Amino acid sequence: MPDITLIDAIRQAMDEEMARDENVFITGEDVGPRGGVFRATMGLYDKYGPDRVIDSPLAELSIVAVGIGAALVGMRPICEIQFADYIYPAFNQIVNEAAYIYYRSNGEWNVPMVIRSPYGGGIGGGLYHSQSAEAFFAHRPGLKVVIPSNPYDAKGLLKSAVRDPNPVMFFEPKKGYRLIRGDVPEHDYTVPIGPANVSRKGTDVTVYAYGMMHYYTLQAAQMVADQDGIQCEVVDIRTLVPLDTETVLNSFKKTGKALIVYEDNRFLGYGAEIAAILSDEAFEYMDAPIRRLAGLDVPGVPFAHPMQDLFMPSPEKIASAIRDLAAY
Amino acid sequence: MARQPNKETLLDWYRQMVLIRRFEERCAELYQQGLIGGFLHLYIGPEATGVGAVAALREQDHVITAYRDHGIALARGLDVNRVMAEMLGKRTGVSGGKGGSMHLADRDLHMWGGYGIVGGHLPLAAGIALAAKYQGKDEVVVALMGDGSTNIGYFHESLNLSAVWDLPVVWLVENNQYGMGTAVGRASGAVEIVNKANAYCCGADGHGMLQGPRVDGMDVMAVYDAISEAAEHARKYGPVLVESLTYRLEGHSMGDPQRYRTKEEVESFQTKGPIGRFRALLSDKYKGVESALDRIDEEALKAVDDAVEFAKNSPDPTYDDLVSHVYVD
Ligand SMILES: Cc1ncc(C[n+]2csc(CCOP(=O)(O)OP(=O)(O)O)c2C)c(N)n1
Ligand SMILES: [Mg+2]
Repeated sequence: MPDITLIDAIRQAMDEEMARDENVFITGEDVGPRGGVFRATMGLYDKYGPDRVIDSPLAELSIVAVGIGAALVGMRPICEIQFADYIYPAFNQIVNEAAYIYYRSNGEWNVPMVIRSPYGGGIGGGLYHSQSAEAFFAHRPGLKVVIPSNPYDAKGLLKSAVRDPNPVMFFEPKKGYRLIRGDVPEHDYTVPIGPANVSRKGTDVTVYAYGMMHYYTLQAAQMVADQDGIQCEVVDIRTLVPLDTETVLNSFKKTGKALIVYEDNRFLGYGAEIAAILSDEAFEYMDAPIRRLAGLDVPGVPFAHPMQDLFMPSPEKIASAIRDLAAY
Repeated sequence: MARQPNKETLLDWYRQMVLIRRFEERCAELYQQGLIGGFLHLYIGPEATGVGAVAALREQDHVITAYRDHGIALARGLDVNRVMAEMLGKRTGVSGGKGGSMHLADRDLHMWGGYGIVGGHLPLAAGIALAAKYQGKDEVVVALMGDGSTNIGYFHESLNLSAVWDLPVVWLVENNQYGMGTAVGRASGAVEIVNKANAYCCGADGHGMLQGPRVDGMDVMAVYDAISEAAEHARKYGPVLVESLTYRLEGHSMGDPQRYRTKEEVESFQTKGPIGRFRALLSDKYKGVESALDRIDEEALKAVDDAVEFAKNSPDPTYDDLVSHVYVD
């Protein structure tokens, strides 16, 4: 199997889905000849032409709304929002239209579309190129929310998202686009939307993470194994909605200690929900307080590097939180 | 009619344009060296638009712009040292390293900043103008934006309500022919953006100006005249949109491979660059001015050198800085 980057896996998924189903099309800012800001759609314009790889005006509301309309009548749009930070002009379309349509039509119409967007910090992008937006969308039933952490999952999950009959928010850790590599089959396969993945087995502490933070968590788990002999179990959430509650609970029942890592603001972030589920459904297994390591509760990731580093969880910070928990 | 600028004023415009150019070139170098991070959008090419527009304003007037804001900030008089420090993410920067390159602002100078979200600042401009009108202040707002931002809803809502409420706003579109890699004609139904203003009667409601002008944005004098006139109209009657035809000589941001345009196209604009052109005009107009211009060139270089020195020697922000200013106490 070829070893490829996260971004290449994402491109492959779109390429294969477009070849498989002519109703699949892509729209977004500069997705055409330019191939997208991060080159996610590189080459697809040449291969599939301007009718299927459509440069949009600078207008996020329209990118999403056009996708919804087209999806209603049989198309399979992949809408790209250049950075998660720019998704808010389309917020109403996503949470009030896409999420509602199946429900409000009492099951008559549905919106099979994917909204892809790079998210997250660590690239020095500052206030408007670093945001994590998953909590806003995970909060609204009717949307699925997927965040891959590695190339294999990214390709398989994106293909599932394209085939899914529901609107799927697909957030991609941009810091990992070229940093995270892995083996990816060249043939067609999917990774189902739903199951979490136990990516490392252990007995002492469970760490839950997704996206870039999962990548860092694996590094941290290795650090504490080598340096402290702590055996972490790592659960890659992968699909935030729907959440694989069973896998989440099973791991906790084994270790009795949970750390949830996410780079979004901590307050009311995704980790709060996992913590609530654990305390609600596995209280008797709890050996330590459930801990969250997350982005600080300031409005954004500031521009200056020292502040960005202070804001973001890192492998070292994760390792230190694991040690604390293991020692509890 | 616009106030006629005297020699001293014209030399000051020249100084500003050269300062911006040197500043931007140095930023590019510092970016290559890894001293500036993130996304860096240079104002190389449109200097005449920024300088001419800001020159047309009075102290009490307001400026607001998008993320390509270094030139506007310097023209409006933000301290070059503190702007450079912001580029390097230093504690002494204009926003203490929080905002970086795209969010340069200074309340005292009525420079309400650059904005990272395209078009998001346009309704704010309308709000500033609404307040000025409500408070009975004789103030006008100049809101700069790129051609790309005229395609987002914010633009249309802002123009519409500025016309409905007769707000003192000059909408200044810096049409540099591309929004990132997308040429204007591929993203805007109206290729002459000034036509969009007609739909909202910005400058067209019978107060003597049929439509806002399309101006040569590489000519600082032309921009100055157009914005002066537009500002006067805005103060008296209401909004005007001015389209400035300009060009960015560098990529959209650093590292842009620029596959969407040819080398020849860029070169053809290089020869029409606003600074060389203005220098020639000044040399023509004032005999023996060259030595003064040379001195301005040297001083600009020195100012930028000093700014880099200042920035490099400034402290980094701390944890306390990171968590400060979330709420007003
Ligand atoms: C709402 C929003 N969508 C997308 C972006 C990403 N983006 C930044 S600049 C830009 C192009 C803007 O072009 P234009 O308005 O013409 O300004 P120019 O860069 O030419 O000065 C895009 C798409 C953004 N910052 N905000
Ligand atoms: Mg432009």
